[in-house]
Amino acid sequence: MTTVLEPTITAPVPSGDTGLLRRPTHPKGVWSWITTVDHKRIGILYGCTAFFFFLVGGFEALLIRVQLAKPNGTVLSAEVYNQVFTMHGTTMIFLVVMPMSAAFFNYLVPLQIGARDVAFPRLNAFSYWLFLFGGIFLYSSFLLGGAPDGGWFGYAPNTSITFSPGHNIDFWVFGLQLLGIASTAGAVNLIVTMLNMRAPGMTLMRMPVFTWMTLVSSFLILFAMPIITVALFLLMFDRNFGSNFFNPAAGGDPVLWQHLFWLFGHPEVYILILPSMGMVSEILPVFARKPLFGYPVIVFSGIAIGFMGWGVWVHHMFSVGLGPVAVSAFSVSTMFIAVPTGVKIFNWVATIWRGSLRFTTPMLFALGFIGMFTIGGLSGVTHSVSPHDRQQTDTYYVVAHFHYVLFGGALFGIMGGIYYWWPKVFGYLLNERLGKINFWTWLIGFNMTFAPMHILGLRGMPRRIYTYDDSLGLAALNMLATVGSFVIAFSTLVFIYNVWFSTKKQRIPAGDDPWDARTLEWATSSPPPDYNFPETPVAHGVDAFWHQKYTEDDEGRLIRIDGSAPGASPADLLIRGRSSAALAERDGDDTPGNGNGSGDRSAGDDHGSAGDGHGHGAVPTAHELGIHMPSPSYYPVLAAFSLPIISYGMLYGRSSGSHYAVAVFGAVTLFASLYAWGMEPSAEPEDPEEHHSTSGHDDVPVLVGGGQAALEAGNGSATGNGAPDPAGEGASASAGAADTSEVVPPAVATDAGTPSTADAGTPSTADAGTPSTADDMATPATDEAPTPAADEGGEAEAAPPAGDEDTGPSGSSTDDKGA
Amino acid sequence: MSVTTDIAAAPATPAVHADGHGHVTNTGLSNEKLAMWAFLGSECLLFGALISTYFLYRGKSVSGPTPKDIYDIPYTSVSSFVLLMSSLTMVLALAAIQRGDHRRLRVWLVATALLGASFIAGQVYEFTSFIREGLTIKTNLFGSSFFVLTGFHGVHVTLGIVMLLSLWNLSLRGKLPQEKSEVVEIAGLYWHFVDVVWIVIFTVIYLIPS
Amino acid sequence: MSSRAAEQTEHLEQASDHDAHAGHPTEAQYIKIAVILATITAVEVGLYYTSFSTVATNATLIVLAGVKFVIVAAYFMHLKFDNKILRRLFITGFVLASFCYIAYLLTLGVFQ
Repeated sequence: MTTVLEPTITAPVPSGDTGLLRRPTHPKGVWSWITTVDHKRIGILYGCTAFFFFLVGGFEALLIRVQLAKPNGTVLSAEVYNQVFTMHGTTMIFLVVMPMSAAFFNYLVPLQIGARDVAFPRLNAFSYWLFLFGGIFLYSSFLLGGAPDGGWFGYAPNTSITFSPGHNIDFWVFGLQLLGIASTAGAVNLIVTMLNMRAPGMTLMRMPVFTWMTLVSSFLILFAMPIITVALFLLMFDRNFGSNFFNPAAGGDPVLWQHLFWLFGHPEVYILILPSMGMVSEILPVFARKPLFGYPVIVFSGIAIGFMGWGVWVHHMFSVGLGPVAVSAFSVSTMFIAVPTGVKIFNWVATIWRGSLRFTTPMLFALGFIGMFTIGGLSGVTHSVSPHDRQQTDTYYVVAHFHYVLFGGALFGIMGGIYYWWPKVFGYLLNERLGKINFWTWLIGFNMTFAPMHILGLRGMPRRIYTYDDSLGLAALNMLATVGSFVIAFSTLVFIYNVWFSTKKQRIPAGDDPWDARTLEWATSSPPPDYNFPETPVAHGVDAFWHQKYTEDDEGRLIRIDGSAPGASPADLLIRGRSSAALAERDGDDTPGNGNGSGDRSAGDDHGSAGDGHGHGAVPTAHELGIHMPSPSYYPVLAAFSLPIISYGMLYGRSSGSHYAVAVFGAVTLFASLYAWGMEPSAEPEDPEEHHSTSGHDDVPVLVGGGQAALEAGNGSATGNGAPDPAGEGASASAGAADTSEVVPPAVATDAGTPSTADAGTPSTADAGTPSTADDMATPATDEAPTPAADEGGEAEAAPPAGDEDTGPSGSSTDDKGA
Repeated sequence: MSVTTDIAAAPATPAVHADGHGHVTNTGLSNEKLAMWAFLGSECLLFGALISTYFLYRGKSVSGPTPKDIYDIPYTSVSSFVLLMSSLTMVLALAAIQRGDHRRLRVWLVATALLGASFIAGQVYEFTSFIREGLTIKTNLFGSSFFVLTGFHGVHVTLGIVMLLSLWNLSLRGKLPQEKSEVVEIAGLYWHFVDVVWIVIFTVIYLIPS
Repeated sequence: MSSRAAEQTEHLEQASDHDAHAGHPTEAQYIKIAVILATITAVEVGLYYTSFSTVATNATLIVLAGVKFVIVAAYFMHLKFDNKILRRLFITGFVLASFCYIAYLLTLGVFQ
């Protein structure tokens, strides 16, 4: 510990020294968004972009449905139809559901684990920009000679030069390659964030289920993406350089494509659905006012799905003719994977069983998820029966099945998530009445569209046909499906109207915790300041925030620690935000910095003008709190921009070799921006002049990226318990540490014994008058623990050394101190 | 002076705990190292797909030349040996910076890069001689799968050389202090991984006769 | 759930891991390891030129490659001494790759 403080670490580097461009410093405006590295802003960017692509993909779906509404439709030609259904599938999977999940991952994961940002903030920005540019690249195909037309699975040898000489497939190949890089970078980032940057006490088995499902899904992305990368590279070599991988004339085996594609494609299915399962697992307990039933079982089911998802891909290929052994083996494994899924469904049902349910919009979507996903899951089980599957392959039955899983599952979960976390992200609630209209039209439209497809498929209507004859007797159900698709479109418009209405017409400030929720993201303000938490929170169990708010009295009744009425009615909550009157009464007088109830104390935050005019200026900035956040950068967006340039060069290089020069140019800019990126510090050192003028601040631990010092302090006090602990010393350098640790404990103690950090009502930071950081907080917190609130049987004992007691690795810290 | 526990900026945390056993993070590992290992886990799937494709198409070419016709095992053995030894120089570079011997660090970094470059030069020569003997990526399945697999590996080695030379350059400019030795370790992980992949390729592609 | 016990074992293992860390290979050991690797490579190339049964030769070659793989990963990449989580990450990737690719090659009859 004593060798820790090498001055070289923080030696201020003059900005000009670091590279090509001056460090961006835009506090507001377009450039602040382009150069941002804040996980919350990146999450919002992901969400908005993905929603835009949802509208585009939805428009394509409407085109398909209009074409199929009547027999012998003439709206689209066969050629355009192929492009439209290919782009519909590709868009919805790669440009809607995955990035929509990424939006939630980015926004919520650091908040839920009590970190300040992700592990690699600039890489995070890079992932987003590459996703955006990849999407634009894919869609530029419509203007440049025709969109991809080989289906979202692009089966060989249909995609070979022989059968598809245009550039359509090339756009798909390179576009997916770009999106794959973006997802992989994002997955590495999130995995490291979750494994490494959890707040003190936040062991893996205390992480919120959404975070857990993010972890599982990130691992699936990490391991599945390289497979599709290779498949796409092989296809590119076939198309650009004349190799023979999928060329049957030279002995190539098109089934290789199917294997590689579905080896990726099946884990991909779980990549799409697991995040929604996580969201539903967050929403249900809050609106049932019960803890999630069987938290560890839900977590382990998620992990089991993650593993088993690798052993079922051949069920996409039952009709290929792989022989009875392969088909039987994968038939069985497919039946088995229904078990952990079923376990989850029963856990959710048990969670709402006898709960005091509040049927808010997010809750309705979550319940809709359970119902619709169960139907989709069951029709999935019918596919595992291979003779049955043989009958269904390439019919509308399959289309019905996966829409029940991806629309009825993934999109219902995401819609629920949007309604649930909207107040956290923007600081005001979406209108409930419109939300309910949204839900019911969504549910009805969805079932009208996709339920008939089961029957259409069983009657033999094949997928991917652009028209059908009247004599087949498929007209009525197709018309029903088309009408249903317009109901969904109407529902989407209701949602958009709701956003407009709730933003402009009837803005209801949400307060920090409008739903009386359970996880840490609700402990900070809405929207959260750029540093997330004034002090790094400490987790004492699952539902960390809940236990900061509630405890039990002698008779086991739930009582609020802050003395306000437990469980205000939904109407109350919706209209007033989190009992803002009570809050105002309690801490309105002396703590201008904590405008809790009214929503906005975000520092340096200007997204969507979400701040409603309250409390600006009174909000402590990261700088005032001595929190050192990562600085914005141009290089992620530059690097991301280079990759489509390379792709265009490669794509047109096929027609004329000289175009490869463009790819080389792109490679040079990529290399230059990556190099400059590497040389640039993640966080610009603070100006030393200014530093000394604000006394005391320079001794405060700098918390870039995620409360590391807090962790250290937490661990230290956990083991050193009260004694002057070496870790605390290490974390906070010198004299200042002593000062703050003397000042802060009393300040914290005033919070009715709550060691909780950023409990909405806890004015600990601002009124303490100290630039307190996490270590101040963590120390008293662990000293006082176990608190009554945190106790959950044996869990309480586990609480103090929690930081150490993690699934293994972090234990090393204890050893260090012993040494 | 602030204590930067900046895990976001690349080399800061390694500096705090040069041996990677600090307790700044939950696992005690720096973010960079964890990320590199996650990436290497992912790379297993990438090279696995390429190797399995080669395996699938072994002996399935409908026309020659075949591996037996054109492999030059003694030649490839030498270049394999060169790459293997570059792993040794790499760990020696790491050992040098860990004890603060910057001159040796640079010597071993350059040695590693040179060994890697010789391997690549050998591969370029091998490719051109194969092409002269009538095997291109278009010729048959063997040509396609051979060139793509070994080419992918070659690109990885080339990127590794770029990394090593960048580190060498940093060290020359005095920007690679002993506390940042983990940067060398992480680059080394990548380098060793590429070596390990070649160990598999050498056996599976070259030595096991088809 | 016997998580408590599991955590404690983890702790103990962690401690021993940490102790092992002290025994990072020295430069001399690194050179010894490299000599072993070189020797194995020589044996591999030698095997290639023998005319024993191909099945036995192939099996030996694969085992030797595996040994080299493990040595480089364990010593040069420090997996033997480093945090367990790294080992798990890498092994997960490796096992997943082996399982998936061998399984698909099997369905295509490659090993028959």
